[in-house]
Amino acid sequence: MNALAMGWERTLLELKMYSREKEAVFFNFLFPILLLVMFSTIFGGQFSAADKAAGMNAGRLFLPGLIAAGVMLTSFQTMAMSVTVERDDGTLKRLRGTPMPPVAYFLGKVGLVLATSVAQLIALLLVARFLYDVQLPTDAGRWLTLAWVFFLGSFGGTVLGIAYSSLGTARSIGAVVIAPALVLQFISGVYFAFKDIPSWLQQVAAIFPLKWVAQGMRSVFYPYALASQEMAHAWEPGRTAIVLGLWAIGGLLLCAKTFSWYKRGTT
Amino acid sequence: MGTNAISMRGLTKTYGRKRAVDGIDLDIESGEVFAILGPNGAGKTTTVEILEGYRDRDAGDVRVLGTDPQGANRHWRNRVGIVLQSTTGLDLLTPREALRANAKFYSQTRDLDEVIHAVGLDEKADARIAGLSGGQKRRVDVGLGIIGRPELLFLDEPTTGFDPQARRDFWQLIRSLADEGTTIVLTTHYLDEAEALADRVGVIAGGKLLALDTPTGLGGRDTEEATIVWEEAGTRHTLRSAEPTAEVGRLSARFGGEVPGLQVTRPSLEDVYLELIRPHVDADALAAGSTTGEVAR
Repeated sequence: MNALAMGWERTLLELKMYSREKEAVFFNFLFPILLLVMFSTIFGGQFSAADKAAGMNAGRLFLPGLIAAGVMLTSFQTMAMSVTVERDDGTLKRLRGTPMPPVAYFLGKVGLVLATSVAQLIALLLVARFLYDVQLPTDAGRWLTLAWVFFLGSFGGTVLGIAYSSLGTARSIGAVVIAPALVLQFISGVYFAFKDIPSWLQQVAAIFPLKWVAQGMRSVFYPYALASQEMAHAWEPGRTAIVLGLWAIGGLLLCAKTFSWYKRGTT
Repeated sequence: MGTNAISMRGLTKTYGRKRAVDGIDLDIESGEVFAILGPNGAGKTTTVEILEGYRDRDAGDVRVLGTDPQGANRHWRNRVGIVLQSTTGLDLLTPREALRANAKFYSQTRDLDEVIHAVGLDEKADARIAGLSGGQKRRVDVGLGIIGRPELLFLDEPTTGFDPQARRDFWQLIRSLADEGTTIVLTTHYLDEAEALADRVGVIAGGKLLALDTPTGLGGRDTEEATIVWEEAGTRHTLRSAEPTAEVGRLSARFGGEVPGLQVTRPSLEDVYLELIRPHVDADALAAGSTTGEVAR
């Protein structure tokens, strides 16, 4: 069997294990969907008839940020946590001792992230469209933007997650991942409108990829006029692509440099 | 027989200033069951992990199945089975699923049901591994190690946590693998296990190979003086002799038949082993203060 076929087998196995892990399904997969339902319900009353006539409602306000959060959860968070645990419990060492080509392991992880994040995206879009009457884009250009922002964000999240896994142990990784991820979500415009965040904090957020994924998603789902509320008063697709691309390449290099099959202190 | 599955000359590995493996020469024949004994932190695990291709050596020459395990490729791994000291991370799968997934990596595999049966997991084949007992999980590990029909199988303390019956069953499995011609390298703390399974044993302590022999011949215990114990006039008498049979004959003649409370013993493998490693265990304990080394793994 070649590496690609083994990668596919690994993907199926990863999905099987993921679906059986209730905590993962809840905290990574369903979480953004749950938040969309909550926010739409809680803040639904704050939108006037005029807002609604202009096509803006709570669901539409929060959808881009929650899609971005979902990208981070299913790529970065899942990866960082699962790779750490698998390194510490000896799964990686065991796999290293088999004829499995190493790339098959990573392909399996990429497959898992792709499958779960795309499923999550579709679920979010369906809930937004049919439960909360969010207008979805009608032009191909916006869907194309969705695709590349989503792909670059997920890819970067995956490689950064794998690199990040070297920072923790199975015992500490929960805190090591979730705390910074939560802070990043707050300052990157996931839970609040990004325009309401103090500008120095916006500058901090702009260093990290999540802000750019969220901004890219806003450019897909918000009315065009709202571009004026962004930091640069524009959607900045070019800069978004550059920042996300740099993070993805940097993550990949970091990954290749730091990845270990063995638990810290055992080699 | 005749060819070596494993061959090493001057194998050396240093961690910081500590020589974990200090110049070991050893050949293990194809088809042999070889047990490696030694206290924790003695260089046993390091040696085995170098042979398994997990660690790089500092010096010496090593051939495993004719190949240098350092940087060995997939084709080599296809011929080698490794059962690590403990495996987890399979809790969400069933033994059948885990074995089937592992089988995909190998070019020629054993029949799935055959392996499940061989490791005694027929009844638990479709139960989540999380719910299995320690011994049953260990059998999954062994199953994962043999599914690819390895020519050479490494077993690291395979029966820890087994009940006595499970250990006997496991030994039977190892014997049947050996009968098929599989070379088996076993590290264990159970001397009865080494005695029951191994063609030869090697004792490693302080990074050196201290003794290398058959289990019965180790430390010359088959030729060493035997201890004869009997009772006479209400007291226990002890006599050490190089000719125990003749001594018992003389005693029997003196008593006119049965000798009361007669026992004839030679040093057990455990006696010999403990005697061999004593200097190293004391030195290590003094140097380390308490427990370090392999305990952390």
